[in-house]
Amino acid sequence: MKSRIILFIIGFFIWMLLGWPFDLQHALVGIFAAALVAALTGDLFTRRPHHFTHISRYLWFAYYIFIFSWECLKANIDVARRVISPRLPINPGIVKVKTTLKSDTGLTFLANSITLTPGTFCVDIKPEEGSLYIHWIDVKSEDTQEASRLIVEKFEKILSRIFE
Amino acid sequence: MMKRKAKILSWLLGLLTMAALLLVITVYTLPSLLSWQSPYLARCFFVLMLCFALCLLRLLLGPTAADRAVAVDTLGILIVGFCAILSIPTGRSWYIDIAIAWALQSFIGALALAKYLEGKGFDE
Amino acid sequence: MSEVLGYIFILFGLAFDIFGCVGLIRLPDVYNRLQAVTKCVTLGTCSILFGVVVIKGFNGTGIKALLCIVFLLLTAPVAAHALARGAHKAGVKLWEGSVCDKYEEDSK
Repeated sequence: MKSRIILFIIGFFIWMLLGWPFDLQHALVGIFAAALVAALTGDLFTRRPHHFTHISRYLWFAYYIFIFSWECLKANIDVARRVISPRLPINPGIVKVKTTLKSDTGLTFLANSITLTPGTFCVDIKPEEGSLYIHWIDVKSEDTQEASRLIVEKFEKILSRIFE
Repeated sequence: MMKRKAKILSWLLGLLTMAALLLVITVYTLPSLLSWQSPYLARCFFVLMLCFALCLLRLLLGPTAADRAVAVDTLGILIVGFCAILSIPTGRSWYIDIAIAWALQSFIGALALAKYLEGKGFDE
Repeated sequence: MSEVLGYIFILFGLAFDIFGCVGLIRLPDVYNRLQAVTKCVTLGTCSILFGVVVIKGFNGTGIKALLCIVFLLLTAPVAAHALARGAHKAGVKLWEGSVCDKYEEDSK
């Protein structure tokens, strides 16, 4: 029941943002639509609704957005440099890394942030083993431990404080 | 025999359409991009048109089906940017609505293409 | 002033868009192309949308553009990941200069 209420609040918030100048008719239709979606979707959205009341998770999320934008900018400059240079300095390969995150949301965010950061790109996830297969445009190490330390570690610490 | 002929005909038709699009983009874009009179936003459109031309080229050349799927996905994201720029000179805010709808639609299209490549049904 | 700032953001985004599309043409196999496209084109389009936000200010249009940025950042990597997995399952080989393929070894 709690997760349905949270989904209702988020859905209504996005609905109101989409039709920004406030008017009453719009809000009434929004309440109806958000309630319908919340009732149909049920507990699919979040399994542990008590996480939404912790303040520290929001602070860590703000820090994560900051780090993520910086890494994203670096990734783009890196790709642009590789594409422009005439000899194509690439050394690609698919490596395997381990992670300690367990929850679905955490794994999704980890895969997304790996995809948008320099030189790495997530190909497949195996949640039961906690392993990810990553296409690396410039392979520095084929060993699983070393690759995990280079790729995953900097996001894993922050994401485990947000989603676990 | 009939079926094979129809297949070759449709393939040729698609090739001709794409080649015509590429030709139109290059012929109309490059001179206006190089001339000094064209306004700033018009230049932005022409640069995006060049991006479209490169994507269409990959769609035409791509050796495997996966390359073509990647090119289609890229076209979808570029069109979002195109709609966003289009909303500035016209001053109509519903172009952004089109951009949001197109972003979500192209995401679903890319997922369907990926499932098709994987060779599985849509219910898995 | 805000118009000039917005146009600078749009110019930045267009530059990254065109780098991504050049990468789509130049790089040798599907996975490398996906790398270039999914990074450069996503950030380029987000930057164009942010330029629209800066020019229009915080009214209906600007907030819709911000929502569009959030949707793009959430959906584009997932679509690229699905396409890469589909390509690998369909049997597209890596470029011959590749170093290793742990996924191929493990899925046998």
